[in-house]
Amino acid sequence: MSVHDHKKAGPMIGVDVGGTFTDLFFFDAQTGRFQTAKVPSNRGNEAVGFVEGLQTLGPIASFSSIIHGTTVGTNALLERKGARIGVITTRGFRDVLEMRRRDRPKTWGLWGDFTPIADRDLRLEVSERVLADGSIHQPVDLAQVRDAARELLSKGAEAVAVIFINAYANADNELAAVEAVRALWPNDNVIASSEILPEIREFERASTTALNAYLQPVVGSYLARLQSALDQDGFGGSFHIVQSNGGVMSTATARRLPIRTALSGPAAGVIAAGAIAKAAGFDNVITGDLGGTSFDVSLIAGGRSVLAAQTTIDFGLVIRTPMIEISTIGAGGGSIAHVDKGGMLQVGPESAGSVPGPVCYGQGNDRPTLTDANVVLGRINAARPIGGKLASLDVEAAKRAIARHVADPLSIDVMAAAEAIVRVANARMAGAIRLVSIERGHDPTRFTIMPFGGGGALHAGALVHEVGLSSALVPRFPGITSALGCVIADLRHDEVQTVNAVVDELDEAAFDALMVRLGRKATAVVEQAGIEVEAIDVVYELDMHYLGQTHTISVPLPVTLQGASTSVTAALVREAFEQAYQTSFSRLLPGLAIRIVTLRTAAIGRRPAFDLASLAPRDGASLENARREPRQVWFDGAWHETTVWSRLDLPVGTVIKGPAILEQADATTVVDPHLSARVDSFGNVVIERTA
Amino acid sequence: MSAAAKTGLDPVTLAVLKGRLEQIADEMDATLYRSAFNPIIAEARDACHGLYHAQTGATLVQGTTGLPIFVGAMAFAVKAVIDKVAREGGLQEGDTFLFNDPYEGGTHLNDFRLVRPIFRQGRLFCWLASVGHWLDIGGNVPGGFNARATESFQEGVRFPPVKLISAGRMNEDILAILAANSRVPQSNFGDLNGQLNALDLGEKRLRGLLDDYSDETVTAALDVLTARAEAMMRETIKALPDGDYTFEDYLDNDGVTDDRLTIALTLTIKGDGMVLDFSASSKPCAGPLNIAYSTAVACCYVALKHVFTDVPANAGCLAPIRFVIPDTTLLAVSAPKPVGGYTETILRVIGTVFGALAKAMPDQAMAAPFGTINALSLAGHRANGQRYVMFSFFGGGLGGNPETDGLSHGNNPISMATIPPAEILEASYPVMFTQWALRPDSAGAGTHRGGLGAIYEIETLSPDGSDVFLLGERGRFAPFGVNGGQAAALNRFTWQSETGDQTPPLASKITDVKLAHGRHVRLETPGGGGWGKAGERDPALVARDVRLGYVSTACALRDYEVVVSPDGVLDAQATKSLREGAR
Repeated sequence: MSVHDHKKAGPMIGVDVGGTFTDLFFFDAQTGRFQTAKVPSNRGNEAVGFVEGLQTLGPIASFSSIIHGTTVGTNALLERKGARIGVITTRGFRDVLEMRRRDRPKTWGLWGDFTPIADRDLRLEVSERVLADGSIHQPVDLAQVRDAARELLSKGAEAVAVIFINAYANADNELAAVEAVRALWPNDNVIASSEILPEIREFERASTTALNAYLQPVVGSYLARLQSALDQDGFGGSFHIVQSNGGVMSTATARRLPIRTALSGPAAGVIAAGAIAKAAGFDNVITGDLGGTSFDVSLIAGGRSVLAAQTTIDFGLVIRTPMIEISTIGAGGGSIAHVDKGGMLQVGPESAGSVPGPVCYGQGNDRPTLTDANVVLGRINAARPIGGKLASLDVEAAKRAIARHVADPLSIDVMAAAEAIVRVANARMAGAIRLVSIERGHDPTRFTIMPFGGGGALHAGALVHEVGLSSALVPRFPGITSALGCVIADLRHDEVQTVNAVVDELDEAAFDALMVRLGRKATAVVEQAGIEVEAIDVVYELDMHYLGQTHTISVPLPVTLQGASTSVTAALVREAFEQAYQTSFSRLLPGLAIRIVTLRTAAIGRRPAFDLASLAPRDGASLENARREPRQVWFDGAWHETTVWSRLDLPVGTVIKGPAILEQADATTVVDPHLSARVDSFGNVVIERTA
Repeated sequence: MSAAAKTGLDPVTLAVLKGRLEQIADEMDATLYRSAFNPIIAEARDACHGLYHAQTGATLVQGTTGLPIFVGAMAFAVKAVIDKVAREGGLQEGDTFLFNDPYEGGTHLNDFRLVRPIFRQGRLFCWLASVGHWLDIGGNVPGGFNARATESFQEGVRFPPVKLISAGRMNEDILAILAANSRVPQSNFGDLNGQLNALDLGEKRLRGLLDDYSDETVTAALDVLTARAEAMMRETIKALPDGDYTFEDYLDNDGVTDDRLTIALTLTIKGDGMVLDFSASSKPCAGPLNIAYSTAVACCYVALKHVFTDVPANAGCLAPIRFVIPDTTLLAVSAPKPVGGYTETILRVIGTVFGALAKAMPDQAMAAPFGTINALSLAGHRANGQRYVMFSFFGGGLGGNPETDGLSHGNNPISMATIPPAEILEASYPVMFTQWALRPDSAGAGTHRGGLGAIYEIETLSPDGSDVFLLGERGRFAPFGVNGGQAAALNRFTWQSETGDQTPPLASKITDVKLAHGRHVRLETPGGGGWGKAGERDPALVARDVRLGYVSTACALRDYEVVVSPDGVLDAQATKSLREGAR
């Protein structure tokens, strides 16, 4: 088939649209040619920046595949700019979304309130009831459902979520209702909770379903605008979206399940980091993405990234769908340094963001940030700022701000204050790394830190020291890691189903049939995505515990879908559970009943392997071409004469002893004293303790 | 000159060490949550860990996730062990003490404390401690909340501080005694092991930190952190006007005798010091609403931390405060006075601290939170004959404050516990919720109204019905408003019987009520009190509250003097004349 061949053969583009920049990565598998681009994002009309970025890489009609990591959904959630939505729910339960799980925003302090995403007068109740065992206590009254839908329309709802109690156990009432709503609703923005997440816990299911409805009109119209812009430019290839689980999905799926794009961009970054690290020989990696306001950390152990079942976007806004686990702390380049009432230096969480940004940007902020400290210490080249928007940075203004807000209150000099800001920020980043590694039972000394984003490489060496990591691996293009991830991510579709069965009483045939049905369903979604895959793997995991416990552990099952069966047995499930439990808690509780709570099914469409060697330095790279003017950089309480190198011009095998600075258009790498940087065969920089 | 400079410790090392030390306590918390067996620790996080001063037991470092009430009580637990060692000697490296005595260590019998000395070069450096709520420790009522207890012996088994581990060797006899005295020995054993895991981890991390930075540096940092907390607290108190601020609030009754109980506080600010004097409170009561002195201090600490959120969590912040809590009151009882209902009493104590501080600092005043945990049990037999006990705490509204309306359906100031979902309760027990909703008109009216309380209505599906137990409060004395704000609605509990709806004779506490198959119980919880005069609330917000069904038109008219149609359309003219007429 010619279209098929075309897809396989032509250039692929990964596009990551972030808050400030849109990053692009072009790759032609046939020629091995790649190209990167960075253009300003057009906040509010991201489609413009998207298309402009594509055009810098060639005629859009010549591309065969575009894969997109997007923050449109994330921003709509964070800024509360989703659609006006309605909810139709079981009588007695319209307040579930607003009551949450009876929590509060902070441990200490009782102020603050909560506004749900659906107003109370847009949450309507109908007569129906399903019991926990799945039996229908009261059939759904469809006339009430239709009246409710009409009322929501008359009140201006653009999307509607149908959320019935115990729909995870039996979705008949809910599906009958959603069908009745669809028959009269003027658009596609109608979703039932059992279509999103047939899992026990009504608040988490309701929140996820309502947030999906909240995003549907926003993400749907964004993708439609992009598609029509691409059509105008004669694009005839495939167009896909990266999901929060690190897999790729079709735009049709993304429009139906936009909630799965909540962490699209960051997830793509972690996928790329994993692939780069694996190729470079590192299986245990902690990624660290330092942006303007936050530091995002994710752990890859044994080559596999960790999926979290649930994430909280903001107080009371919970999304329960598998996502790459990314922990965030409020420490970024724009984080503001100040001395608190008790005389303690603090960095963040308050941030100057990208507007007005650090003091040295000269855009009106006068409180010092982490970036200002890096500039004053000579670590960032004030004459060549990253991103190319500003011609230079105002070092003196940064110095004045640090003197006034940090050095004077602490009675130390301005350079010591700047160094203190960097050290405190490093300590906070180190804390985030310890939490994702040590708290999960991983020994940090076996891990490598992989910084990406604009700022991570400034701090990677210090983090190696602070946490006791083995090394740092700076990818060749840290600033476009997420765009690269778009190109290499596999396709993926997840299905979740609550089971609630005790293993000793398991109906093996029925359980097998359920696994087969979900396996086929997930596979079909991947098959229909319209992009070349080499194979589709079906992976099963169970959430299990001892009867009586509330927390579950994740139990991977050593079976897959083969023909009409998975050959699952109760004995096999028990053995897998005991192995996983032993690993987590190093002791079993013999004699207690074991329960399967949830079945998690994933179909993964394996994409052809991406040869990262394509990114390696070309001939012509040499130490002499790479050498730049040395400069004074402040380390450990004194100025040090520091060599400066054009990072991309360094040949493979180069070893540079710290202190040194490696510069490139989208990132600056600091090699601290006592550390050395080595260029590996892929062009990555490996930072290790000097032997 | 800053405190750090005096010790020669640079401010950066101090900041780094503060983070590292807190992380040790946080990691101990996390380890216990993950490995605990009972949901009160695993889900509701009813646990806490920290580092304590070698000689005084004062809190040095506290985790950021521990249960707030334990944060205040732990220093007393460690002190109890220090006192025992001072009396009897014999402290060795590798020891770990266990106890649950509420009169020494605070709170109630369910809370088991493990306390371990950390030695460096043969000298005691500090203590590590862990506390967690175990599911059942004997007594008349499964789970311990016995509303009719008149002696500690009816509430469970009491352990004074004993060496569970002696120089690294586990004392198996104690394990055997523990196992013989609980309805759920396996669950308790699982939690005990989780707490030991947490102590082991904490010890390992602390030793690593001491090796990295030296004992002297860490000691210096701990001293500075304590001094800094004290300095911040003194500075905060100094900013308040000198004076005596009195406030009192009431408990419905003690569950045995139907007399109201008074919690009376005189809060005195003088310079940079504060006195909390509870002498005028009711005398010890017959039922389980007494608390020990340590519990009273701990809950004052919780109240102050909720108001002065900037002050770090260590002993320093209590240094400027003097407590007057005589043993002639119900706030400083000793054995064997029953204390199982302590949760209700401490919520009222916390409220009186909020109320008195509201007078001292009206611009920061916060109205009362809903103020009752409503420990409700439905017990009976399933269709297959198996016994079940559904036990849960319920939510309510938080108070209006200078910035916002109060939060609807929040948790109590003493914990961060979340409520189990209705679907989990229905899947686990033969019950069906017929309502799980916000309670209209439950919030105290105000310029910033309180958050809304909730309505929970439950039908029993057991063929032979259920026995119902409730230990609640606020059935007669509503959560108060501040700065002219109004009180919230009362707690209300009803159940269906052959002769119609019934309410508890003791307002908010019942034991052993029989609920027949298919019949309902209905719990309506209070909202939070209001902040500021209701007549000054923006009429547009009142109209919105009516449109959303938070406030009825009648309540809008009566409390807010706002004329609004049932669908939320404001009659601005009528409202204006009504409000002007009222002046």
